[in-house]
Amino acid sequence: MAEASMDAEAPTVRLGLLGSPNSGKTTLFNALTGLRAKVGNYPGVTVERREGSTRVDGRLVQVIDLPGTYGLDPVSPDEAVVARVLAGEVAEVAPPDALILTVDSCSLERSLWFVAQALRLELPTCLVLTMTDELTARGGRIDLERLSAALGIPVVSVVGHRGLGVEELRGQLRDPAAWERPPILPPNDPSERQGWMESVIERVLVQRPERDPLTAAVDRVVLHPLGGSLLFAAVMVFFFQLIFAWATPAMDAIDAAMGAAASGAKTLLPAGLLADFVSDGLIAGVGSVVIFLPQIVLLFGVLYLLEDVGYMARAAFVVDRLMGRIGLEGRAFVALLSSYACAVPGIMATRTIPSPRHRLVTILVAPLMTCSARLPVYALLIGAFVPATMAWGPLGWQGLALLALYLIGAAAALVAAAVLNRTVLRGEAMPFVLELPPYRFPPLRLWASQVWGAASAFLRRAGTIILLVSMVLWVLLTFPQVPAPPGANEAEASRHALENSAAGRLGMAIEPAIAPLGFDWKIGVGLVASLAAREVIVATLAQVYAASEEDEVSLRKAVREDRNPRTGELVFTPATVASLLVFFVFALQCMSTLAVMRRETNSWRWPVFAFGYLLALAYGASFLTYRIVDALWS
Amino acid sequence: MTDLYLSSLPVGSIATVVGVTGKGIQASRLADLGFLPGTPVTCLRRAPLGDPRLYELRGVQLCLREAEAACIRVSLDG
Ligand SMILES: Nc1nc2c(ncn2[C@@H]2O[C@H](COP(=O)(O)OP(=O)(O)OP(=O)(O)O)[C@@H](O)[C@H]2O)c(=O)[nH]1
Ligand SMILES: [Mg+2]
Repeated sequence: MAEASMDAEAPTVRLGLLGSPNSGKTTLFNALTGLRAKVGNYPGVTVERREGSTRVDGRLVQVIDLPGTYGLDPVSPDEAVVARVLAGEVAEVAPPDALILTVDSCSLERSLWFVAQALRLELPTCLVLTMTDELTARGGRIDLERLSAALGIPVVSVVGHRGLGVEELRGQLRDPAAWERPPILPPNDPSERQGWMESVIERVLVQRPERDPLTAAVDRVVLHPLGGSLLFAAVMVFFFQLIFAWATPAMDAIDAAMGAAASGAKTLLPAGLLADFVSDGLIAGVGSVVIFLPQIVLLFGVLYLLEDVGYMARAAFVVDRLMGRIGLEGRAFVALLSSYACAVPGIMATRTIPSPRHRLVTILVAPLMTCSARLPVYALLIGAFVPATMAWGPLGWQGLALLALYLIGAAAALVAAAVLNRTVLRGEAMPFVLELPPYRFPPLRLWASQVWGAASAFLRRAGTIILLVSMVLWVLLTFPQVPAPPGANEAEASRHALENSAAGRLGMAIEPAIAPLGFDWKIGVGLVASLAAREVIVATLAQVYAASEEDEVSLRKAVREDRNPRTGELVFTPATVASLLVFFVFALQCMSTLAVMRRETNSWRWPVFAFGYLLALAYGASFLTYRIVDALWS
Repeated sequence: MTDLYLSSLPVGSIATVVGVTGKGIQASRLADLGFLPGTPVTCLRRAPLGDPRLYELRGVQLCLREAEAACIRVSLDG
């Protein structure tokens, strides 16, 4: 009651977080609201507005996190978000009543130019100096009182990721309307504004920070023409080895737990449809995907570490020239790199790309980058069919096979971009500028919580879309129930039931279309189901084999030993496995990607185009792979 | 004092910005990034393949492609 009446007295405040890219806005947003929005040491992590709220003395304060921007004339879609929110042009977002202006204290000399523009918006403004720990470490000093006096607005200094200074900032949030306002606005004319800026710097910058010695030393190695490339290659090879070597024990443990759960369900529940549904439908379906959690955690762990440390921006710098050859730019590379996690954030990340054409090309090829949803599929097939022996020294065949699949995907993305740039889409080049942040070591807790965020998103998918598809599939695999022919033994009877189920008939119907790729009807059912999301094929195969085997065997063993009942040949021959892997390298089987493409390009035209060209590529490449491997093997 | 474009500033040397040629949004963006008359700029290094290059100005490290650096006039002191 008390709170409600207070709300009525003190209207809510809407605060906008404005500032240069990578200046610590989202870190501050998280500290104020308690949310866990994505942060990273790369300019352009936030590409969409995000709202949160907090209470200060019982008063509701809404905070809007915005993408970073260097100026108020937008040059890219993420910067346009800022301009539109400020202008109140976004229908569902009321414009902010006050601004928190973040300035990286180490780049004050550059940032005052933007401060001058922001003050001319004539909203109550509080300046927050971030990264003050780094300023001190680099021997720099800023006189806060003089800065506040020179600008005529309140100034707070913080170390955002450690929460220092955040309480003081909260104190300020009590009443933004009462903040001191500049007596006269900074000049608009460029040369007058520069004069204003230099005079402020002269008064407040007591000691200019030195160049960060660590960043200079590390860059001598990382950006070295030869050393840097070798280092990069070594990191990649190591990474893929790690995915197999380190994840296996944890995966085996989950596998055993799922097996126990399935047989537990069978013994606890009365034999019949319900027991089958729980053990063969739900547990086999969802469990087969959840097994890959350790690998997902490793993948995101490494990706986020590279980003938080500051390596991503360097990678963009190093490969920009190569990207230029195929008509793209370094930032497209970073968008493609984040598509290794998932194409959805990768496609969102293209908002930092100024040129609409570059952006569209990047969106269209992003699905070729090997996203984490393919990992379960690759891991299942490689784990089942590639020997777990060492190829050369500490390098195992399985890790090398996985690395090869990732490389094929990346190469295909680059070739597709070059072709699209020369044919479907043409236009002129746009400027490329990118700021390199200093190397940073984020608190372990922050990194762990971001990795956990990604892992729980994976589990949520398993608990929603994969659970849903598993249930539907179980029904389709179980009904209609056709009585077995007389005299059939148990194995023949369950095979008969499967072949006559709705899903079985669907698989049989499309078998002629996929037979040239070496796929049988069971794989066909999996392919159809995987249109929802790629990893569903693993759940599907798990259900198909759970339904057809009487005793519990691991999915890996089941696919390895499955034989065609008519010919007695193995279903998964080397040629079929290779062909299926190649199909997954190319095909765009993901509803979420299609939806985000539609949203980011504002039309169905591009998602339909992407789906079509990738399906054609997948079919063609699988067909060739099947023929070639088949010929070589026999 | 010799005038040249930032794109031909040798790695390791320092120059002072004279002005930005070109017009419209790109020129104003280069000003937003700190390329204002009188600003000292250092060319720190080239990318392994030659382009882009990494510059330091106003406490910030920025990479620019040759095309952008060729819009910025600088003078080499000494
Ligand atoms: N040392 C130090 N690091 C900080 C501080 N505040 C943020 N960081 C780190 O700086 C990086 C950038 O922080 P973000 O909060 O993502 O910056 P942002 O302004 O939201 O960046 P964009 O969304 O890309 O515009 C992250 O790696 C943070 O952990 C700080 O006060 N001190
Ligand atoms: Mg952010």
